[in-house]
Amino acid sequence: MDFQVVVLAGGNSKSLTPLVSKDVPKPLLPVANHPVLYYVLHQLEESNLKDLIVVVEGEDAGLLVGAWISGTFVDRLHVEIAAVPEDIGTAGALRAISHYLTAKDILVVSGDLVSDVSPGAVAATHRRHDAVVTATLCCVPISGSSESGSSGGKDKTKKPGRYNIIGLDPRKQFLLHIATGAEIEKDTRLQKHLLHAVGQMEIRSDLMDAHMYAFKRSVLQEVLDRKDTFQSLKQDVVPYLVRSQLKSEAVLSGIRQAEEDGNEKVSFPNNQVMVSQILSNASTPSFHELYSMDADGSAQTRKTHKCCAYIASSSSYCVRLNSIQAFMDINRDVTGEADHLLSDNVIGPSPKLGTKTTVGPHCMLGEGSEMGDKCQVKRSVIGRHCRIGSHVKVVNSVVMNHVTIGDGCIIQGSVICSNVQLLERVVLKDCQVGAGFVVTAGSEYKGESLARKEK
Amino acid sequence: MDPRRTARTVSGPKVRQVGFFTPAPPERSISDPPRFQDPIQPPSPSPTQVNDHSPSGNSLSPVMIPPAHHHSDNFLRTALQVTSPTKAFSYSAKTVTIPPENEDVASSFSPGRKVFSAKSPSSFPGVKASSVPASELTTVSVVNLPPGISEKAGGASVEVQNDRPVSAKTLKEKTSKAERRALQEAQRAAKAAAKAEGTKASSAASKVVTSANTKPSKAAKSSSQKNDGSQVAASEKKGGDRAPEKDRKKDAPHPRMQYDDKSRVEKAKKRAVVKQTEARNRVELFRHLPQYEHGTQLPDLETKFFELDPMHPAVYKVGLQYLSGDIRGGNARCIAMFQAFKEAIKDYSTPPEKTLIRDLAARISSYVSFLIECRPLSISMGNAIKFLKNRIAKLPLALSESEAKSTLMLDIDRFINEKIILSEKVIVKHAVTKIQDGDVLLTYGASSVVEMILLHAHELGKHFHVVVVDSRPKLEGQLLLRRLVRKGLSCTHTHVNAVSCIMQDVTRVFLGASSVLSNGTVYSRVGTACVAMVAHAFRVPVLVCCEAYKFHERVQLDSICFNELGNPDAISKVQGREEINYLDGLVNQENLQLLNLIYDATPSDYVSMIITDYGMIPPTSVPVIVREYRRDHLWS
Repeated sequence: MDFQVVVLAGGNSKSLTPLVSKDVPKPLLPVANHPVLYYVLHQLEESNLKDLIVVVEGEDAGLLVGAWISGTFVDRLHVEIAAVPEDIGTAGALRAISHYLTAKDILVVSGDLVSDVSPGAVAATHRRHDAVVTATLCCVPISGSSESGSSGGKDKTKKPGRYNIIGLDPRKQFLLHIATGAEIEKDTRLQKHLLHAVGQMEIRSDLMDAHMYAFKRSVLQEVLDRKDTFQSLKQDVVPYLVRSQLKSEAVLSGIRQAEEDGNEKVSFPNNQVMVSQILSNASTPSFHELYSMDADGSAQTRKTHKCCAYIASSSSYCVRLNSIQAFMDINRDVTGEADHLLSDNVIGPSPKLGTKTTVGPHCMLGEGSEMGDKCQVKRSVIGRHCRIGSHVKVVNSVVMNHVTIGDGCIIQGSVICSNVQLLERVVLKDCQVGAGFVVTAGSEYKGESLARKEK
Repeated sequence: MDPRRTARTVSGPKVRQVGFFTPAPPERSISDPPRFQDPIQPPSPSPTQVNDHSPSGNSLSPVMIPPAHHHSDNFLRTALQVTSPTKAFSYSAKTVTIPPENEDVASSFSPGRKVFSAKSPSSFPGVKASSVPASELTTVSVVNLPPGISEKAGGASVEVQNDRPVSAKTLKEKTSKAERRALQEAQRAAKAAAKAEGTKASSAASKVVTSANTKPSKAAKSSSQKNDGSQVAASEKKGGDRAPEKDRKKDAPHPRMQYDDKSRVEKAKKRAVVKQTEARNRVELFRHLPQYEHGTQLPDLETKFFELDPMHPAVYKVGLQYLSGDIRGGNARCIAMFQAFKEAIKDYSTPPEKTLIRDLAARISSYVSFLIECRPLSISMGNAIKFLKNRIAKLPLALSESEAKSTLMLDIDRFINEKIILSEKVIVKHAVTKIQDGDVLLTYGASSVVEMILLHAHELGKHFHVVVVDSRPKLEGQLLLRRLVRKGLSCTHTHVNAVSCIMQDVTRVFLGASSVLSNGTVYSRVGTACVAMVAHAFRVPVLVCCEAYKFHERVQLDSICFNELGNPDAISKVQGREEINYLDGLVNQENLQLLNLIYDATPSDYVSMIITDYGMIPPTSVPVIVREYRRDHLWS
């Protein structure tokens, strides 16, 4: 279908420390015992998209991710890895691989997206409207805080920052305005001529940008080339395209014109005009066309381009893993309500449970994990080859691989990374424990983040 | 038979054939590795062998053109079997049942094989050098290699072997309906073959086959470019060794299917690309027409965007636009369709061992059936398709592929230009003579020809007034009105309810038509008949403007037999006016049926004149045009 897929996997995310480290870059952060990148790749594979470019920040991370992909998706996907320097942003990453993009349209997916929104639907919307950019919007999950209990408090203060302000036309097809978290602090400026052209704008703040975009390649490359300062797709490129949709700059439309001319042999130049006129008269004009025609009669004097929005249905699951809270939520949801995202079974093959040990619903136990007597596990994910002593309580937590937990520990709302040792009677509440950390016996922590000092 | 097979036959009793394990004829699975080399070896043992266990192989003589649905396999296979063409044919007839395996073979043998994946991706810089400039991109995962061959590939193979169970498993679960069917048929064929020969598959060998079979088309992709991949998928969808005529039937479903015939509807549903949920409360009289739950089709088709590999993107886009109502109007739909076909033909390449004529015709048919699923064809589109198919069928065999393609593309251009654009111009020229100063012209809906007539008359400086009559729910007239007013015409806008009031001021009625049938009936947008009858009652002449390519030899007396049902929601709801949506919540009631007809038939009695590219004719002369000029339309 002439689409190229770019997965922006990211590298070391600061918002996710201490979960993310040099050994575990963000794409490989396990969510319900699968690296988060798995969800995206799996989703793309389901949609029959098998030629992918995965962009990773940092050489080392690139090697790690590449090794993992070659191990997991061999024979299933054709993946190419591009390692780009860190801190050049999403737009920078695309700029770096820009010369590999050849297809007519580009689908850009963030590697930390856990969702069941079909990429095909986004692409189809994009094609149908012949848009320059199509952004995927999804409803902000309402649940979150209510279920996760104690950790909810912290969550509430953070959440408003993640909201976007999004303006849509009455038919909810076109993007008229998009402002991301940082800009909301300031006043929101709307363009008068845009409002005038559309007539009515619907401003929504309950939609989240899922960071799955379809771009027209020529335009994307053009924008990336011309605007060197653009760092981020979400904050710079997409708002720029949305802003300029009614005064599309000459270069953008120039390209399009050239393409069209190239496509059609100008054998009957006069008739060509009539054909296009018949076609354009046949469809309900969007405000773009009306606006471009307003000037004088039918001549299209003003150049416009379309920015579409694909709004995922409220029943679909769509969350980005961009904070520790999101990490907890996704872990809980993937094992619980959104378990269709995982193709394989939730409970590993052979966990060894001691006597009187209970494992509640919405739990996941990796293979080879052992638990002692009288343990309780509720709404938690436990990785592979963990050893858990007796009288341990794990609630609302994520325990990664190869973790040793001593007797009598109580873990609530925490994330425990790989190779951590918890000695006896440790009490953790809302903590994050970095990889390889050793927690001394009997210690109590609340709301802290524990990590080994980097040497 | 050959010794290697008899050696294997000992391993299992006949019962083994019953299981699910072997999707391929067992003999083939046993002789798998040696068979790869068949084309290289002197083919002495194989002809007999092939004939033995593939009854269909016998029926196909070497000279015969293979049936249409094999094209993709052949494409790959020729890479293997250039040496013995005669054998290739019989081979092809046999191997259709197991396309996946074949592709494994193809991929493992193709000389340009790419890398095998490895732990350290950086060790393969510029692997894809052929397609992209080599630098940062590193291929870390490719789709490849059946297990037997992977061992040769070196140390890395261990890792692959470890991963295979996982990948094989997940893929197995995802086999589509068509694939399952192909499997089933393959099993049946295997059973028959086994009965005939008494040979059995060794369980070990069959295991190999199942694992190889579970990764269809992916193997093919690595070895060949995208284009082939899509064709492979096409063949898989089409599945096993069905008779060609059955296949053809599938490509072009019966155009006048009666949708109250349950069994047929079921069958049609099975082959449909677009998910079609039948609407529940349909008006009894119109049960024979297709009506689907609107709103379910579009999202479903959208999610399948990347899975419809055989569909050309341009065709797909047009289909989406039909479905969502972005393109409407007979001429526009026809032009859009032809432009999409042109794109498709431009990108078309004949698979080997196929003739362009047959394969392209089949391809076009599959596009057409896809478009029908999106929205029923208009008569004009039907005629246009007939024209194109005729052109394809009439292509001289001697033409090279590129010549044939450019001929067809020229034909399409010519059709658009001559049959649509030029005839519109001619109609305009004729019709303008009927407009005089001081006339009040009434038009209904938005017809592209009528619009051109009005604009042209205005350009000529004639002074007249236009009444644009419109109707819910589409309100196309408003769009027309917008364009007319901008050009400076003086207009009146009213709805069809008020047509009898305004008609006494009108001096002429200009109407567009979707089609004119050979008894003079004008088949047009619903409401046209009403307008024409009112005009007739007021003794106002009714001029119908219709291009001759839209004429049809069918005779129709009412608008019930053939019609199209639109979205019932469109009439029960008013966009943007929540306060007058009184039918909310009643839509699914048993005793409420909503009818949104798209077309109606205007009897010829109410039509004074038909303006067409051959001049202005009375409705009774339509059959003459159809008879005399049909040749001109279709076989020109």
